[in-house]
Amino acid sequence: MEVKPKFLIKNGKRLDGRKVGEWREIKITTGVIPNADGSCQVDFGKTKVIAAVYGPRELHPKHMVLSDRALVRARYDMLSFSVEDRKRPGPGRREIEISKVIAEALRSVVMVEKFPRSVIDVFVTVIQADASTRIAGLNAASVALADAGIPMKGLVTGVAFGKIYDETGKGVMVADVFKPEDQWGEADIAYAKSIANDEVVLLQMDGDVTKKEFLEGKAMADKAIEYTYQEQVKALKAKYEGD
Amino acid sequence: MTEKNLIVPGEVIVEGMDYLPGDGTYRDGKMIKSSLLGLAQTRDRLVRVIPLSGRYMPKRDDPVIGIIKEVRYSNWVVEIKSPYDALMMVGEAVDRFIDLKKDKLSNFFNVGEALICRITNVDESMTPMVTARGPGLRKLTDGRIIDVSPSKIPRIIGKNASMVSLIKDRTGTKMFVGQNGRIWLQGGDEELAIKVIRMIEKDAHKVGLTDSIQKFLEGEVSGSKA
Repeated sequence: MEVKPKFLIKNGKRLDGRKVGEWREIKITTGVIPNADGSCQVDFGKTKVIAAVYGPRELHPKHMVLSDRALVRARYDMLSFSVEDRKRPGPGRREIEISKVIAEALRSVVMVEKFPRSVIDVFVTVIQADASTRIAGLNAASVALADAGIPMKGLVTGVAFGKIYDETGKGVMVADVFKPEDQWGEADIAYAKSIANDEVVLLQMDGDVTKKEFLEGKAMADKAIEYTYQEQVKALKAKYEGD
Repeated sequence: MTEKNLIVPGEVIVEGMDYLPGDGTYRDGKMIKSSLLGLAQTRDRLVRVIPLSGRYMPKRDDPVIGIIKEVRYSNWVVEIKSPYDALMMVGEAVDRFIDLKKDKLSNFFNVGEALICRITNVDESMTPMVTARGPGLRKLTDGRIIDVSPSKIPRIIGKNASMVSLIKDRTGTKMFVGQNGRIWLQGGDEELAIKVIRMIEKDAHKVGLTDSIQKFLEGEVSGSKA
C-alpha cells in the first residue's frame, strides 16, 4: 500500500501533474468483443473498462418479463487483478449497487418500448481500476449499446469530480478523480448525463461538499463530459468511416 | 436529397416541422433526432436512419429461414434469429390436411430442421406467425446455411435482387436470402459465394458495391479457368 501524500494538490498542480479541470487521457474503442452484439472499451487514464451488450433477446427467468417493454439488465464486476489487493471475484454489495445504478441510467435513454418481453443485457467488467470505474463503465455501456444497434434517445456520458485539500488545507474541486484523490480526498461524485436531451442520469456522492463547491465541480465535469462525448461519437463512427 | 450521413443516437438530423420522423428517428420539439447508429437519409419530407447493426425484428410478409425449436400438439415453434420465436400452425405447414389424431407432427417438421417460411402476421405482443405454404417456401434438406448480420441483407440482395442474381450467375450456386440474416446455399462454387457475401457484409455501408463485387467476381471466375 502506498503512503498517504502530504498534499493532493500543490500550487494548482495535482499529483499526476494535471490542473483542477483537466481530465486524464481518454481512449474509446468499439467492437472489442466480436461475439457480442455490441462492445466497447473505455480507458480513463489507468482505469480500463470493457462493456459488452447482448440482445434484445428472450428473457429468462420468465417471471421477470415485462409485457410492454424490454428489461435493461446490467452487471458490473471487477476482475480479481484489477486492483492492488486481490478483489474477491463475483459481485458483492458494492458491485450490486453499481450494477443497479448503471442499469437505471441506461433505462432512461434506451427505447425499451420497442422490444416488449425481451431483455437487453449489459456486462461491464473492470480490468484495471484507478477510480471512476462506474463512470467509465457507463460510458462504455452506452457506446456498446449504440454499437449493438439498439435505439436510444442519446448517448450517456459521464465524468466524476471530487473535492481534495491543497497545501493550505483549503478544499479544491477537481474533475476526473484518480485513485489517490478518491482514496484520500474529501468527496467523490459520480456524475453522468445524456447530452442529447440534457438530462442527468446518474449522480452519486461519497463525502461532503457545499452547494457552491458542487456547482463549481459540476461545471468542470460538464466540460470534460463535452470532450468525452466527442470521443464516444468518434469511436462509433470510426468503424464505418475511412475510404 | 440522396446523400447519406453517418449519425449516432441523439444527433440532430433536421430541424423544423416540415419533416416527418421515420424509422430510426424521433421528434424532440422542433428537431428530428436519430435513435440509431446508422446512415441518415431524407427523401421528400420523410427522414429515416438506416441501421448498421442490430437484431432482426419480425415484419409481416418477410421471407425468413427458420429452424424448428419445438414440436407441440398443434403447432411448431420456429426459431428465426430474433428475440421472438415464431409459431407455425398445423394448417400452415403442408398443402395436405393433417389429422391430429392420426399424423405425427414431427413427421412433417422435426426439431432441428430448417425451412424457408414467410411471416404472415406479427401481433401486438410481438409473436410472429409463419407459414411454409406458398411459392418458394419449403423445408431445406440439403445445402448449407450461413449467418450474416440482418442489417446487411438489403445490400446482399441489391436493387431488384441484382446482387443475388450476380452471385448466383457467377458462382452457379443456388441461394435463398432470408430477411432474418440467414442465407441458404447449395451447389456450384459455395466457397466463392460465401467469400463474396462476407465481402459485402464488410463493405455494406460503402457506395458502388455492385460494381466492385462484379469486378472481383470477374477476376475470380476467369482466374480459376486460366
